[in-house]
Amino acid sequence: MKLRKSLMATTALTVAAGMAVAQDMPMEMTIVSWGGAYTKSQQNAYHTPYSEMTGVTIINDDSSAEAVAKLRAMNEAGNITWDVVDVVAADAIRLCDEGLAMEIDFDTMLAPAPDGTSATEDFGDLLVADCYIPQIVYSTTFGYRTDMVGDTPPTKICDVFDLKAFPGKRSLEKRPINNMEWALMCDGVAKEDVYDVLATEEGQDQALAKLDTIKDEVIWWSAGADTPQLLADGEVVMGSTYNGRLFSLIEEQDQPVAMLWDAQVFDLDGWIIPTGLSPERQARALDYVMFATDTQRLADQAKWISYGPARKSSAPLVGQHAELGIEMAPHMPTDPANAANTFLYNYEFWADYRDDMDAKFQAWLSQ
Amino acid sequence: MSLPIYATFGQRVWYYAFRVICAIIFIFLITPILVVIPLSFNAENFFTFTPEMLRLDPEGYSLKHYQDFFTNAEWQRSFKNSLIIAPIATVIAVTLGTLAAIGLSQSHVPFRRAIMAILISPMIVPLIISATGMFFFYSKIGNFMEGTMGLDKNFVGYVKVILAHSVLGIPFVIITVTATLVGFDRSLTRAAASMGANPVTTFFKVQMPLILPGVISGGLFAFITSFDEVVVVLFVGSASQKTLPWQMFTGLREQISPTILAVATILVVISILLLTMVELLRRRSERLRGLSPG
Amino acid sequence: MSDTASKAPVLAADGTPLKRSLNRALRVQKMRALALIAPLLLFVMLSFIMPIGDMLFRSVENQIVENTLPNATQELAKWDGSSEDLPPEPVFRALYHDMFLAAELKRHTRLGSRLNYESTGMSSLFRQSGRKLDDAGKDYRKLFLVVDEAWGDGATWQSVMGGAEGATPDAALVKAQKSQIYRLDGEAPRGQLDFAPSQDVSALLPLTAREYTAFAIVTSLIKKDDLAATKPFESLFVALADDLSTADLSGYDGPGADNLRALQASGLPTPNYTEIFGEMDKDWVNIETWRTIQIHAEPYTSGYFLNAVDMQKTPTGVEMQPEDRQVLITLFVRTMIMSLTIMFSCILLGYPIAWLLANLPMRQANVLMILVLLPFWTSLLVRTSAWKVMLQQQGVINDVLVWIGLVADDNRLILINNETGTIIAMTHILLPFMILPMYSVMQTINPTYLRAAKSLGATNWTAFWRVYFPQSIPGIGAGSILVFILSIGYYITPEIVGGTKGVFISNRIAYHISSSLNWGLAAALGTILLVAVLILYWAYDKIVGIDNVKLG
Repeated sequence: MKLRKSLMATTALTVAAGMAVAQDMPMEMTIVSWGGAYTKSQQNAYHTPYSEMTGVTIINDDSSAEAVAKLRAMNEAGNITWDVVDVVAADAIRLCDEGLAMEIDFDTMLAPAPDGTSATEDFGDLLVADCYIPQIVYSTTFGYRTDMVGDTPPTKICDVFDLKAFPGKRSLEKRPINNMEWALMCDGVAKEDVYDVLATEEGQDQALAKLDTIKDEVIWWSAGADTPQLLADGEVVMGSTYNGRLFSLIEEQDQPVAMLWDAQVFDLDGWIIPTGLSPERQARALDYVMFATDTQRLADQAKWISYGPARKSSAPLVGQHAELGIEMAPHMPTDPANAANTFLYNYEFWADYRDDMDAKFQAWLSQ
Repeated sequence: MSLPIYATFGQRVWYYAFRVICAIIFIFLITPILVVIPLSFNAENFFTFTPEMLRLDPEGYSLKHYQDFFTNAEWQRSFKNSLIIAPIATVIAVTLGTLAAIGLSQSHVPFRRAIMAILISPMIVPLIISATGMFFFYSKIGNFMEGTMGLDKNFVGYVKVILAHSVLGIPFVIITVTATLVGFDRSLTRAAASMGANPVTTFFKVQMPLILPGVISGGLFAFITSFDEVVVVLFVGSASQKTLPWQMFTGLREQISPTILAVATILVVISILLLTMVELLRRRSERLRGLSPG
Repeated sequence: MSDTASKAPVLAADGTPLKRSLNRALRVQKMRALALIAPLLLFVMLSFIMPIGDMLFRSVENQIVENTLPNATQELAKWDGSSEDLPPEPVFRALYHDMFLAAELKRHTRLGSRLNYESTGMSSLFRQSGRKLDDAGKDYRKLFLVVDEAWGDGATWQSVMGGAEGATPDAALVKAQKSQIYRLDGEAPRGQLDFAPSQDVSALLPLTAREYTAFAIVTSLIKKDDLAATKPFESLFVALADDLSTADLSGYDGPGADNLRALQASGLPTPNYTEIFGEMDKDWVNIETWRTIQIHAEPYTSGYFLNAVDMQKTPTGVEMQPEDRQVLITLFVRTMIMSLTIMFSCILLGYPIAWLLANLPMRQANVLMILVLLPFWTSLLVRTSAWKVMLQQQGVINDVLVWIGLVADDNRLILINNETGTIIAMTHILLPFMILPMYSVMQTINPTYLRAAKSLGATNWTAFWRVYFPQSIPGIGAGSILVFILSIGYYITPEIVGGTKGVFISNRIAYHISSSLNWGLAAALGTILLVAVLILYWAYDKIVGIDNVKLG
């Protein structure tokens, strides 16, 4: 506690020299996140303890899905109403590139690990942008209805593209990310070459051609709740979604669904602080972020949702689900049994090619 | 509308066939709402009729989604916000709208068509465009009120959403009130004036009671517009002004929770009460106007 | 009557000519009417029409190119885009320094995104190049440091650029650079700059003086850092090397003159900007890239509108987009066809109900009216999700059909995520808007006409078709226009039940506003949609009159 206070003081000094002191910080802040079980896990692990400690009122705004558009509009209008925003890595890189998120000095603005390891080292290569403080590692993977796949359940990612063996609808996300990579891998491109191929026109066409083979059988989702609902209704045989959603579907809601971890794609979720906040609000946001991303808090979040903490030092602290009492480790995307064949998502590639690819993909979709 | 005793066979067939057709259309209108009601008692967290529900097994039903609505702070806050925002927006829309409609219904209004088109425009501009346009405008207003006038951030937030919603409600008020005024007998106001009533008295004692049904129905439309509006509030509002539709929208997007359906059921019940009220009001106004109560 | 009497003006009671008196009364009446309308008109104009106009203006506004790359666009304007030669070196030179400044202020990726709307690949080109811009500068920096370590210090640069004590400061350059940065950053750099290049230096080393001034403004006014203590931009080394290759230093004796002479004598290579860019990305030496930039450099563009109808600007004029990017016309057509379908289904379903309501005794009619209004009052989101529950393959409708035996279990109907889903759900949602105006018109139709027709020998059908139906047309018209206008603007319902085939142009607008951030195209699409609606509104007002819409 004392350490934290003093660290915070140095933070305030280094970041906003002489601009704001702790007691001037506003007592209300708006935190933007994804809603549902995810916000609930943050509420339990971060917001509630932070409010108890400081007396700050936290308002949740579940608008992360439109974060980039809204931040840009807010920036243009000079009226930033958000204090801390939870976004995925690709969005964070984009926000950072456009100067919409403030740069973070990880070692001074974040708490070190309990053993004194610096934050930079503790997060390691998960620090993918200068403005982005990773929180959890999640993966996008497939779930399938156990009662609709017969005796031979799907085991490989390419089973998604196999309409003969697994007839029926599947749900895929309404954006190129992940889908293009899976399509190429199932079209004979080696895993390590995927991004090289995808950077070329021909590679993009190849991926779309592969997706064409199942296009008529795909229901495209855009909200995280879609695939779980579709699976629960038996509307789709299999569908891609975030692993935490599937965990909740299988373990909490007891649906006849199982996970296909093959070629799961790791991605990050984390905080950014918008640029253009007043010094007092910025100090409050930094204070919150320092608290919420320390080793213990990150480990706490894993008690509520099956996402892996982004700090190496948090991993040993991950315990049991707070309500169900089951061990969380085997449900983490990073668990060795699940991570037998993972796909390394290339953040930089997508930051560079997202606009290009989105335009193509959307045009393809509406043909 | 009843079948005369001398109707031919063909007429009888048509008479009954027509009733059946109408019944089917009514079923089409009402089924989605009827579907919502049982699903809101679902014991599971999905929008699905479970086998237990179909067997009418009490196990398959529960009140937990209602409980969620009444205990969850987010739902309560958004409900409260809607109850603050919608009535105030309605009052603004109705006051300004009724005055303008009375103005428009006078003879010799210059540029009548153009003015009418401008006032109706919030109804015809695609909402997403209105939402982004208004976002920039209200941000500037908000900055001014917070910065120069030093008003509270939350208060300013409410003002922004209320103003935006009242603009959206105005076309409905204009349309309904002008429609009522078309049938308004002007000699009544002249009679009142000739007996020495001043314009204000005339308005409240003579004109207002007669156009009241139009005003009320316009007001209800304006109210519903605000109460059911999600696109504009998502842009103009901030999380402190989260309304019920906003909460429902994020609920639909990000979490699977039939709480939305429970809310809908509660709203349907409220709607029925409101509609009954309107009907009673209407009957009263017809009695006042000396029309037969039908 | 005598002549004089007929010519004399008729007088009112107070003795003024009647005509004038009447005119005055009319004017008073007009003023009173306008006074009643004015508050609302002002409110709507201010809080709706102006913001919308502002939004729609984005469909032609295109200052981003000029603002981000001011010098490069100026140079590029001199280049003949139809030639087969790359733009000359000055263009690359201006681009390098413009880009560097934009990248420092994090504006270059926005320009990349903007140009990517016209030509796929621009976004990645700008992003990747933005990261590589430092490289060339770092090479020069090393060469500088070999000559004198002091070139690595901000203070050295400041004293060299500031010129001798008492030298005339180049205030015009500071002002010009400030306004350039204002346009680039969107926010005016505030505060007093305690540095100005001397006029001697800016005459001697024009490029360096210009870029250093920009650096000074960014550092001390935007980033609020100490100018002397900040490492100079890498681009400054390139700029100075560039200037030194031509500058005549012989007569110069300002601060650091010897240092500059030493640099000049050290044999720095003259920067070859074309090569620098060519090494960064081969697309920079592709003539198509430059054509795209040149075509879209104008401050106001018709490009978004062309894109909105699947066309694009090319050096040879306006052309259709490549086949695989033509989606918007299809969408417009689909929006129109589906809205018409929805409108007709509403007429078909609404007419009998309106007729029934208009012809039942009031009390019964009002009870049934509640059934019409109830869905109307139920949240749009809830009704849409209810349709999702009903229409899906394992949904209520399919279940019932399978249970009756009309449909085989393994051959369930696909009613959702396509046009069917959108049409069914939207018809339901908009049906009350059809029924209410129809009902209010039918209420006014006198039933005695029908009886008269029948008593004159007309069959039921003839009586209906020749007598009743024509009188009910205004109601159909009112309902139709309302339903049509509302349906082409809807987007939440199609988004949820429409899949990829059942979506409208409004969904596209929403996509461009919240995902692709192509607000210009969204505004262009919105404008086209709005014009279509306004034409309809105008037609409707002509045919039916907007006063005749009665909502319940």
